[in-house]
Amino acid sequence: MSRNNPMGLRHAPALTVALMLGPVLAGLLGTLAPAFGYFPALGRSGFSLDPFRQLADWPGLGAAMRLSVTTGLAATALSLGLTALILAAWHGTRGFRWMERALSPLLSVPHAAAAFGIAFLIAPSGWIARALSPWATGWNTPPDLLILQDPWGIAMTLGLVVKELPFLLLMSLAALPQLRPQDSLRVAQSLDYGRVRGWMLTVFPRLYGLIRLPVYAVLAYSMTVVDVAIILGPNTPPPLSVQIVRWMNDPDLQLRLPAAAAALVQLGLVAAALLLWRGAEAAIARAGQRLAGLGARGTGDRPWQLAALGAAGLSVLLVLLGLAGLGLWSVAGFWRFPDALPDAITLNTWMRHGGGALPVLATTLLVALWATAIALILTLACLEAERRLGLRMGRLGSLMLYLPLLVPQIAFLPGLQTLALITGADLSLTSVVLAHTVFVIPYVFLSLGDPYRRMDPRFDRVAAALGATDRRSFWHLRLPLMLGPVLTAAAIGIAVSVGQYLPTLLIGAGRIQTLTTEAVALAAGGNRRIIGIYALLQTGTVIAGFALALILPRLIWARRRDMRGAV
Amino acid sequence: MSNHQMRIERVAVFAHGAPLVALDATIAGGEVLTVMGPSGVGKSTLLAAITGTLPPGFHMTGRVVLNGVDVTDQPPRARRIGILFQDDLLFPHLSVAGNLAFGLRPGKGNARARRALIDTALDDIGLTGFGDRDPATLSGGQKARVALMRMLLSDPAALLLDEAFSRLDADRRAQIRDLVFTRARQRNLPVLMVTHDAEDARAAGGPVIDLHPPS
Repeated sequence: MSRNNPMGLRHAPALTVALMLGPVLAGLLGTLAPAFGYFPALGRSGFSLDPFRQLADWPGLGAAMRLSVTTGLAATALSLGLTALILAAWHGTRGFRWMERALSPLLSVPHAAAAFGIAFLIAPSGWIARALSPWATGWNTPPDLLILQDPWGIAMTLGLVVKELPFLLLMSLAALPQLRPQDSLRVAQSLDYGRVRGWMLTVFPRLYGLIRLPVYAVLAYSMTVVDVAIILGPNTPPPLSVQIVRWMNDPDLQLRLPAAAAALVQLGLVAAALLLWRGAEAAIARAGQRLAGLGARGTGDRPWQLAALGAAGLSVLLVLLGLAGLGLWSVAGFWRFPDALPDAITLNTWMRHGGGALPVLATTLLVALWATAIALILTLACLEAERRLGLRMGRLGSLMLYLPLLVPQIAFLPGLQTLALITGADLSLTSVVLAHTVFVIPYVFLSLGDPYRRMDPRFDRVAAALGATDRRSFWHLRLPLMLGPVLTAAAIGIAVSVGQYLPTLLIGAGRIQTLTTEAVALAAGGNRRIIGIYALLQTGTVIAGFALALILPRLIWARRRDMRGAV
Repeated sequence: MSNHQMRIERVAVFAHGAPLVALDATIAGGEVLTVMGPSGVGKSTLLAAITGTLPPGFHMTGRVVLNGVDVTDQPPRARRIGILFQDDLLFPHLSVAGNLAFGLRPGKGNARARRALIDTALDDIGLTGFGDRDPATLSGGQKARVALMRMLLSDPAALLLDEAFSRLDADRRAQIRDLVFTRARQRNLPVLMVTHDAEDARAAGGPVIDLHPPS
């Protein structure tokens, strides 16, 4: 074994896991204690079930719990179903390349911005209503319809699906090559199976096994999301997670107790939903096997292909038109209701509010860059430890990576804030950066891990045979070879950080403002022009990161042909 | 020219505890020992044991002695055992000269002196003026020559060839093989070649060992 490794390398995996799990576990503890009445800062040092009684007395509890479960399950099932349908109907065709190219940029649109965009489209006074009025609807004033923030959470589910669909599609595309789906499909088709039926029976069951953890993450996220719920979800009562945030932000500290109890209930709901999902997996697998045993070929592919195309097209259209609407509102002069376009274009809103947004943009970038830098350094250290010392993360390690994505933020972030309150720890920019890092690490690791491990190990052996130290091999060989993947991972890390709402709000104790917290805070006011500015800045920041990650390697390796493809 | 010698003393490689491959041989300077055998018999793993780069899950017994010095416990970079694979493995992010500079040991004078050494090396393999080229723009034979020179510039005391010629077409194959053997003989390097091609073995002109899967 090599002897020139920094001591830290050996401990990198443990440190990384600790940095991710520490806050999660501490936060859960900090939720558990007040949920059972222990809150010394309020003079409560005994244990009781009062917080749960208080929670049970809240009349909205049943509806809030129901909303969390129904919107979460619906959003996840729809996203997964549409992902499977799109892949089954189109994967491997030229049309699919186009759909992939159209859908993957949706990933870089922050959840809140996408939700605002959709709100501007489908609201009673939104673009769709304007486009159809008054000629088709006869409306001269916005109709009194509860489309947005509907009590069933349909708008909110829609807002989640347009974001989770591209995520699950990307995860599937990363997993698919190892399954050699074209071979399976060819066999199925040679047995006269239709494309969709053949793919669903031969590829999907194996694919699902590989994307199960991302699917669980989507379920946990969709059930507990706060920012999308505030923008598109119902208000009275809101989904449980939103109510928890309301209680947490209430000046009356006594309300922290039912908030903690509700956070535990929320955690239980997610656990129950995951179990339910797991049970449904088994049932669907059995049904699938029975279906396969029947031998029906299911040759009618056209309707499925059209449905898949429609779903993909609608998702892209909703987000892109939504963003266009946001942009237009931010430069709109007077814009009366049934008019499809504003009377005039003006930079007034940007002049008046753009300056105020700059320090917020700066804070957003500062937090995102720090969190991403920490995550990248830890990830690279773990991957180097793996390469140099053979310290491989096993199955447990990869499960650890998903833990911050499976335990809902709303279950442990309030606990972290409470813990800080109990211990008197100062909540500052540093703690916000660290809180973001917890969620940035998994994505950076998942994105960089595969290309790093795929790097030809014979390069390392050649470098060693040429007398290069591990340090030299890393800085002069592996890091340059990985420039593209490292920058992509950084862009993803920045996107994750910029999109964070709850960690900034709760761990920053309301004192740290990022583009996301500001935009969501503006949601209640409903000033579409200012919201447009913040949502556009938020999206622009993320897109700038991805653009740099795409352009920089091309510039730097302009004269190295083999560096321009994937290494 | 020093008189090199490589001794592979009862080297045995184990995969997850099970014996995989074993070799006991002495290779004199300028001599080529050819190891043949079907694929999967562990030829490449044997070379990884000698360079000290066995993947996790493998271990070895026995000693590797180079010029009287036991290098078994030394890190790969300190062993001075050069290796060529079937792919040229030129670093795609460096120019041709950059690749050669990566191989050239430090302490050979200032930047200008190093550049002069590299230019001479390029002349030597018939690639004068290729220094600034992108390796991706070279032909297969040219890449093989750069890979050989990069390895020679690192001043090895022994040379391992891991199916090093199997990706080249018939013409270039003989040409590059001759070049490698000539250079190794000039420098009096002991060479251990694994191959599944009898033509390689004949051209090497040295002893041949056939490996069989352990029964």
